[in-house]
This record gives sequence, C-alpha cells and structure tokens, in this order.
Amino acid sequence: MQDMLVQVEPLIPALRRYARSLVRDRATADDLVQDCLERAVSHWHQRRDGSVRAWLFTILHNLAISQFRQSAARGSHVPIDESNEDDFSEAAAQDQKLMYRDVLNKLARLPKDQQAVLLLVGVEDLSYADAAKVLGVPVGTVMSRLSRARERLQQELEGPSNGEASNIVSIRSARE
Amino acid sequence: MSHRPITEDDLHGYVDRVLEPERQAQVAAYLNDHPEVAKRVAAFTDQREGLRAALAPIAEEPLPAELNLKRIIEQRARRPSFVRWAAAALVLLSIGGIGGWSMRGALQGSPGGLAALGQEAAASYSVYAPDRVRPVEVRASDSAELVQWVSDRLHRPVKAPDLTTSGYRLMGGRIVASSHGPAAMFMYDDDHGSRIVVLIRAMSSADQNAPMTPQSQGDVGGFAWADDGLGYSLMGRAAPESLRPIADEVRRQSRPI
Repeated sequence: MQDMLVQVEPLIPALRRYARSLVRDRATADDLVQDCLERAVSHWHQRRDGSVRAWLFTILHNLAISQFRQSAARGSHVPIDESNEDDFSEAAAQDQKLMYRDVLNKLARLPKDQQAVLLLVGVEDLSYADAAKVLGVPVGTVMSRLSRARERLQQELEGPSNGEASNIVSIRSARE
Repeated sequence: MSHRPITEDDLHGYVDRVLEPERQAQVAAYLNDHPEVAKRVAAFTDQREGLRAALAPIAEEPLPAELNLKRIIEQRARRPSFVRWAAAALVLLSIGGIGGWSMRGALQGSPGGLAALGQEAAASYSVYAPDRVRPVEVRASDSAELVQWVSDRLHRPVKAPDLTTSGYRLMGGRIVASSHGPAAMFMYDDDHGSRIVVLIRAMSSADQNAPMTPQSQGDVGGFAWADDGLGYSLMGRAAPESLRPIADEVRRQSRPI
C-alpha cells in the first residue's frame, strides 16, 4: 500500500478540483473524491498498466456521472446559477473573482461531456489518449468534442451577456 | 518548404502545448499567416488559462480529514481484520456455549472444578440413593472386585473409604459418568438408613489439588476437594456439620500416610 500512497496522494488536490468543477458543490464534490479514493484503495491491485492519473480520473468521472443521473432522476438538481460560486474563487484576488466567476458560469452552461473534456485536457493536463480513457470514447471523439466545447464556450463568453453575468443569473433564476 | 496541412486537431494541440516542437513551429507559422484563425486560437488559449487560473485555488486548499488517504487505507486494512475478529469471537462464543461446560473448571480455577464435581456427586446421589432395588451395581461383599473395577476405569488405584468409625457402612458402588470421564461412586448407609455417596474422579489439570469446600444442589449437600489429581465429593441429605467430619475422614484415608 506504500506505493499507492506515493502515487495517489499527490493527485488528490487535482481530483478535488475536477470533482468540484463538475458538480460545483464543495461537499458533494469531496464526497465523490472520498468515494473515489476508497474504490481506488480497494481496487488498487486490479488496476491495469497505464497512468494511475487516468485510472483515478476514470473512477471519479464515472462516480460524478452516476451522481448526475441520480440527482436528475430525483429531480433534486441544484440549478447551476444558484450554486455557491464562492466555492470556486475564494482564494483569488477580489478583482479576479468576477472574471473567474464569469468563465466558470459560462462553462457550467455547456453540456457535461463538453465541460469534462475541457477540464480534463485544459485544466488537469491529461493527454488526449488518457482523456479518451476517462470518458470512455475514442480519441477522435475527444478531439471533436474538445473543438465543439471550445467553440461553444467562446460563444458564451462573447455573448450579449458578457460582463452582465448578474443579470443573466437573475433572469435564469426567475425562469427556473 | 512543404508540410502536412494544418488540422483542427493541430490547433487544439497547439493550445494545449502537446505538439512536437517542429509541429508547434509549423502551426505558429500558419497562425502568423492567418490572423482570423490566430484570433480563434488565442481565444481558446485565453479560455484555457482562464479556467486554470479560476480553478487553481481549489487544488491549493488543505485536504479535509475525510480525504486523508493514509486514513482511508488504514480503515480499509482494519475492515478485514474486524471480520476475522468477529469470526474469532463467534468461535469463542461457540466454545463458551458448547465446550464451556467442560472447560469452565479450567477457566475458573478450583471453585469451578469442585463445583462441577459437587454437582455430579449430588446428581449421583439423587439418582442412586433413593433406588431401593439396585442402588449399587457391585455390592460391598464384592469390594475387592469393585475396587479393581473402578481402579481400572480411572487408571489409578482407588480405594473405597472405610467410614465405619463415622457410623456409615459401605453398601457398594458403581461407575458413573462425569464430565471428566468415568467416576467411581461409593455408597454408604448408617443404622437409620440414611445414605451418603462418595464420588471420585480425575480432575482437570487446573484443579489437581483443591481445598475442601462445601457444595450443594437442592437439598443435597456436602463437600468437595481434590488431592493429587483426583477429585472427591461427599454428598448426602444430612446436615453439613455432620458430614464435614466424614469428609475429613475420607480425605485422610485417601492421602498417603
């Protein structure tokens, strides 16, 4: 188990970041990471050769996806714009907060599979091949999904609401 | 200089900085010549940097206790051992329930062992003393045969105590079952017809020697003790104070002079 500690422990902060980026709620995200780590510990000897990083992100991603399905089935989905955005940026300087909040809010409007590929590739530095493993799709699908995600996020960022995030929040909240 | 055409994948590879250096340079040159594409790629790069910067603080946060991997590993390691412990506890409970009866003398020390002996003697008394037809299997008239029989079964010389000085005559005896194998039961009566039994059997290793202690079960009472690996119990319905001297006499006779 010592090799596991050495290989897995340094990755926990990144796992937390990915989980919270996807589910946005700190407690829910940490629960997912805890679940992920427990599974990793109990299945450590069953992992295949390859990147431990990709293996861990695969476990976490699948847990997050089933979490989304469950909360969707329960109808208890927390609307994105009502979540606590300070969970993301409390350590950032105040003048950066709005900018960060904006990009994260725009990210949250993308389909989950597009969010996932942007986060895995762009933030967590997984190779395209490892991202394909995590998402369970061919590398070609990762590339086309990445392309669509970046185009879509750019549309959101350049949209009429740019710089007017608070208005959008209130409109969306009233509608939902 | 000709090279492979630039693809959409190359542009993302450029943004993510995963291209070979040579290809990276080719894409840079292409972007230099195509400002519209370069604008898109720059926007993608800004997105990427923006997301990284916005999310970086999460990875800087101290890990909460429940994400302590060492603890998770330890808890995991403890679970199977708990199962083993539970299984062991079940076994021990079974031993306690089934084997404990015979083990309790060894576990509890002398009083437990003597208590068991006293109970067995009292049970023998209750079964055989009221028997008017055949209270004993071998009569005192065949005492030599009786002594031989019980000595054979107990694998050591056993004598029938002579209690005539106490007013009790040997009626005879038999082998009875005990928790420690065969036990020699001797029965005596006095002139009034009141009977007593002396039960002799092997003791567990923990009770090779034990001082005389009073024992009783229901209205049957008496004493039990152990000498040199053999347990003795004298039981009757007489008052304990009248039985005690008889027990002392039995013990005196059983000990080597």
